[in-house]
Amino acid sequence: MSAISRDDVAHLARLAHLEMSEAELETMASELAVIVDSIAVVSEAAGDDVPATSHPIPLTNVFREDVVGQTLTQEEALLNAPDSEDGRFKVPAILDGE
Amino acid sequence: MSTTEELVDFDVALEKYDPVLGFEVHVELNTKTKMFSDAPNAFGDVPNTNVTPVDLGLPGVLPVVNKTAVEYSILIGLALNCKIAESCRFARKNYFYPDTPKNFQTSQYDEPIAYDGYIDIELEDGEVFRVEIERAHMEEDAGKLTHMGGSTGRIQGAEFSLVDYNRAGVPLVEIVTKPIVGAGKRAPELARAYVGAIREIVKNLNVSDAKMERGNVRCDANVSLMLKGADKFGTRSETKNVNSLRAVEHAVHFEIERHAAVLESGQKVVQETRHWHEDTRTTTSGRPKSDADDYRYFPEPDLVPVVTTPEWIEELRARLPEPPAERRKRLKAEWGYSDAEFRDVVNAGMTDLISDTIAAGATPAVARKWWMGVVSGLAKTQDVDAADLGVTPATIVELQGLIDSKKINDKIARQVLDFVLAGEGTPAAVVEKRNLAVVNDDSALGAAIDEAMAQMPDVVAKIQSGKVQAIGALIGPVMKATRGQADAARVREIVLEKLGM
Amino acid sequence: MGSKNLDIIRMSAAELAAALQAGTVTSVEAVQAHLDRIAAVDPGENGVHAYLHVNAEEALAVAAEVDALRAADETLHPLAGVPIAIKDLIVTKGQPTTAGSKMLEGWMSPYDATVIEKIREAKLPMLGKTNLDEFAMGSSTEHSAYGNTRNPWDLGRIPGGSGGGSAAAVAAFEAPLALGTDTGGSIRQPGAVTGTVGSKPTYGGVSRYGAIAMASSLDQIGPVTRTVMDAALLHELIGGHDPKDSTSLNEPVPALVAAAEQGAAGDLSGMRIGVIRELQGEGYEPGVQQRFDEALELLRGAGASIVEVSCPNLQYALAAYYLIMPSEVSSNLAKFDGVRYGKRVVPTEGPVTIERVMGSTRAANFGDEVKRRIILGTYALSAGYYDAYYGSAQKVRTLIQRDFDAAFAEADVLISPTSPTVAFEFGAKSDDPLAMYLNDVATIPANMAGIPGISVPGGLSEGLPVGIQFLAPAHEDARMYRAGAALEALLEKQWGGPLLAQAPDIEAAIAAAGQGEVA
Repeated sequence: MSAISRDDVAHLARLAHLEMSEAELETMASELAVIVDSIAVVSEAAGDDVPATSHPIPLTNVFREDVVGQTLTQEEALLNAPDSEDGRFKVPAILDGE
Repeated sequence: MSTTEELVDFDVALEKYDPVLGFEVHVELNTKTKMFSDAPNAFGDVPNTNVTPVDLGLPGVLPVVNKTAVEYSILIGLALNCKIAESCRFARKNYFYPDTPKNFQTSQYDEPIAYDGYIDIELEDGEVFRVEIERAHMEEDAGKLTHMGGSTGRIQGAEFSLVDYNRAGVPLVEIVTKPIVGAGKRAPELARAYVGAIREIVKNLNVSDAKMERGNVRCDANVSLMLKGADKFGTRSETKNVNSLRAVEHAVHFEIERHAAVLESGQKVVQETRHWHEDTRTTTSGRPKSDADDYRYFPEPDLVPVVTTPEWIEELRARLPEPPAERRKRLKAEWGYSDAEFRDVVNAGMTDLISDTIAAGATPAVARKWWMGVVSGLAKTQDVDAADLGVTPATIVELQGLIDSKKINDKIARQVLDFVLAGEGTPAAVVEKRNLAVVNDDSALGAAIDEAMAQMPDVVAKIQSGKVQAIGALIGPVMKATRGQADAARVREIVLEKLGM
Repeated sequence: MGSKNLDIIRMSAAELAAALQAGTVTSVEAVQAHLDRIAAVDPGENGVHAYLHVNAEEALAVAAEVDALRAADETLHPLAGVPIAIKDLIVTKGQPTTAGSKMLEGWMSPYDATVIEKIREAKLPMLGKTNLDEFAMGSSTEHSAYGNTRNPWDLGRIPGGSGGGSAAAVAAFEAPLALGTDTGGSIRQPGAVTGTVGSKPTYGGVSRYGAIAMASSLDQIGPVTRTVMDAALLHELIGGHDPKDSTSLNEPVPALVAAAEQGAAGDLSGMRIGVIRELQGEGYEPGVQQRFDEALELLRGAGASIVEVSCPNLQYALAAYYLIMPSEVSSNLAKFDGVRYGKRVVPTEGPVTIERVMGSTRAANFGDEVKRRIILGTYALSAGYYDAYYGSAQKVRTLIQRDFDAAFAEADVLISPTSPTVAFEFGAKSDDPLAMYLNDVATIPANMAGIPGISVPGGLSEGLPVGIQFLAPAHEDARMYRAGAALEALLEKQWGGPLLAQAPDIEAAIAAAGQGEVA
C-alpha cells in the first residue's frame, strides 16, 4: 500500500497546486514513504463494525436564522488583494494562450 | 475550440439508437441570506459588497448553516416525492478554481438530504412520463468570473479574469435524475418539459425566483445513445449550463445527432463536458474528465449533521402548496375551458394571471378573453412577455366593469388599457380624464337621435315598416354628434323605444 | 529595569489584577513594564524572539482607558488592564496576522476572532502577536518563516511548538497571559518544555472563529499562563458559546476558577486519578519519568487514589492523527492561493495561467513541513486510499473515545507526562519528521477524543522543565483545573516558590551568548 513514487507525488502536487522541482519530488517521495509506512497501521486497528467519528463532540442541527448581518465594504473585501480592477479580484488567464 | 461536428439526422439516428438522458438541475434558493453566511443573497449588486469574511474564505472563518435553506431543500425534496434523510451531512468537494473562495465547495456527497423521488411529466399532447429522481442535495454557488481582454468575452483567448464573490455561497439545491430511458424521439421534448416542470415546482414552492435567464435554474444535460434493444448504456456527454428551456431541447437534440454521427463513423463517444452555444445551437468539447477530477470528498468538519424528525418533516409537508399538475387539472375543470383552450393558456404561461384575475372578480371567459386575446396580442407586437407588460388582474376587472356598466365599449376599453399602461392611472381615472365614457346619458343621446330621425324621415319610415336593420343609417350621424362615444346598442334601443316598437 | 517593573512582570495575572484593583499598580505601568521587558529580552541575534509583532501603541491606549475607567469607579472585568499576548494564528484587526508563514506576510484581517472580541470587551491590552510553527505545524517553532523562538531556560533549545512564542513569552515574563491553539499538543507541549501552564479546553469550549484553521476537528484555542489559576481565569473569559462556530458547545462555561481554588487548598480526598499505562515507560526520558512518579506520590499524599487504567488503542493515536490532521490541513490550506489575499508569486518561466500562479504562490510561500502535510493529506483523501487511510483513522478515533470512556469510568481525571522529553536543541530533529511527530504522542489523544487537557510544571530534569498532563472527560474541564492546581500547590511548597523562579537570568544569558559568539 505504501511505496510512494515520484510520479505519485507529482500527481498529488498537481492536485494540491504545489509546483515542485524534480529534487523536491524525489525528497518528498522518500519522506512520504517512511511516514506512510508508519501510519498504515491504522487500517488494521478497527474492524468493519466500528463506526467512524468525524467530530469529536457529537452535535446536530446547529443552524442560523435567515437574517442578514453585516457585510464587508468593497474596500475591505479588496484590502489584501494581490491585484484588483473595477471592484473585483483580478487573476491571470485561466486557459493557456489560445 | 473544436471544429464543426459531423451530425446524423435526428430521425435517422433514432431509428437505430435509443437515447438515455440524465439531468443535473441546480436551483438557486431565494433565501434572504447565503447558505453558510449571513451576507445578503441578492442579484446584481455592486461587486464584492454582498460578502462577509466567510464568503471570501478569509483565514479563520467558519460556516454556519442557514436553517431556511435547509427547510427549502426539504420542501423541494417533498415536492419531488423524495425520501428525506433522517440524518445527513455536508462534505467538502476539493478543487481549485478562482471563483471558489475556499478552493473547496461545501456540498453534500454520500448523504443527500433528499433521495429516491420522482415526478410525472406531462408532455404537450397529454402523454405522461415518469422521471425518477436520484437525489437532491444542498450546496453553495461559486462567485462570478468575467473574462477580459479576449474578443468574445469567453474564457478562450482571455488575457485575464475578474472575480466577484457576491454570488459565492448562495444556496443551491442540485437535483439529479436517475437515467431516463424510453423517451425515444420525444427525448428533446421531454428534456424541455422536465426542466420546465422543475422550474415550475420550485417557483410554486416559492423557494426560488426560478428565472433561468438569471441563472436561478441551471441545467446540465447528460445524453448517451445505445443500440435499440441493448441493455448497457453508451458513453455519455455532459452539456453544461444549458440555461433556457428552448436550449435544453436543442442541446439534447444536437447531442443525439452528434453521438449518432460519432457511433456511425465507428468511433467512441468521449466522456466529457460539453459547452452549449446558443448562437450556433451546437456544443463544443470542454476538458475531458481526467484524474484531475479527484475531488477528495470528506465530511465537512466545521459543520455538524442535519437530523430531521418526523414532526419537522410533517410541519414542512403541511406548507406544501398544491402541486402544479394537480392544480392545472382542478383549474381546467373549474374554469370550464376546452382542452385546446386550456392548453393554450398553459403554454402561454397565463395560468397564474388568469387565476388571479378570476380571483379578483372576473368570469373565466372574460379573464381568458383579456389575457389570451388582448394582452398576449399586445405582448406579441411589443415583443415582451405578457407578464412583464404591467397589466394587473385589477386593471382587467376594472376595465370589464366599465364595459359591463356600459360606461365604455370594447373598442374604447382597449384604448383605455393603452393609456393605463402608459402610466396615466387606473382605467376609471383614464376614462374620466380623457372623457372617454360612452354617451349613454339618454337625454343627450335622445337629442342626437331626435335630430337624426328628423333629418332622415325615409329611414324612420323604413324602420317602422319592419326593416329594423335600417337603424344603422341613424347610428352614423348620432356617433358624429357625440364624437364617437355613443353606445350603438343603446342608440338602437332608444330609437325603437321612440317608435314604440 | 526598575525593581517595581521587575515586581510587576513577575506577578501572576491574578496578582496583577489584584494590584490593579487595589490601585498599587496602574495598567499603563503594567503594560509599559512588559514592553520594556520585551525590548530587553526579545530582539537581537540571541533574544527570545517570542513576538512577531509588538502592539505597543494600542496596548498603552487600552491600558490608559482602563486606568481612567477604574478611576471613575466603573465596573470592569476582573482581568481588565492585565496585558496579554496572542498567538499569531488568531486574527486581529489593526495588527498583522501571519500564521508564521510567508504566505500571509503583511496580511491585515478585516475582522477579529471571537476570542479577540472577548478580550477587547474585557479590556485586556494586547501586547502583540507571538511566533509559531508555520500554520501551527510543528513541535519546536523551528518551522516559523520568521525565525526560531528560543527557550528561556536554555537559549540553544526549542521552546516547543507550535505555540513556542506564547509559551516563551510567558516563561520569559514578557506577558503574564497568552493565547495558544492546540491541535495535537501545541499549547501543552510548549507549556511542558518552558515550565509554564498550558490548557486545551474541551473541543467546542472556546470558539474557533478567527483561529486560522489547521485541522478543524482537532483545533482548540486555550490559555497559556504561569499558574493554573491564571489559566482558569483566562479560560473563563474566552470560553462560551459562539453562534459563528457551529461546533461551539451551547452550554455555560464550567466554574474553573472555583475548581482551581478548591485544588489549591490541597485536599484531593475522593479524587481518583488514573495513570494511563500506555503513556509512560518506554520512549519517555528517565528524568521525565522520575518527575512523573514523584508527582503521583504527592497526589497520593494529598488524598487522591491513584489507579492504573489502560487505553490500548492509544498505540494507534499518532498514526490516526497523522492521517486526519493532514487531510484536513490539505483542504483548509487550499484557500491560500494568491487570489484574494496572500503574497502572489508569478512563475518566471512558461505560461502564466491562474493555475500556475496558484502553484508557484503556494510553492514559494509554504515551508517544507506545510508542503509535506498537504501532500500527505491529499494522498490520504485521494480516490482509492480514502477508506484505508482517512476512513480507518476516523474509526481509530472512535476506539480512542471508547478507551477514554472506559478509563473515565474508573478515574475522575487521567494523568501522564505531557511530553516524553525535555526541550531539545535546535536542529536535533528537524531532518526527521517522524522523530518530531513522536513529541506529541501523549498530547494527541486528547485532541482525537475532544477531551480537555492541561500541562502543569512538574520540576526539572537536567535543569530543564518537565510537564505533567491531566486529562478530564469532555465538558468536565473543571476537574483538571482542580487536580492541576493541587499538584502545583504541592510542588511549589516543595520548591519554595514557582518553578520559573529557578530559571536562569535571561538578560545575562543573552549577553553571555552574544559574547560567546564574538569569542
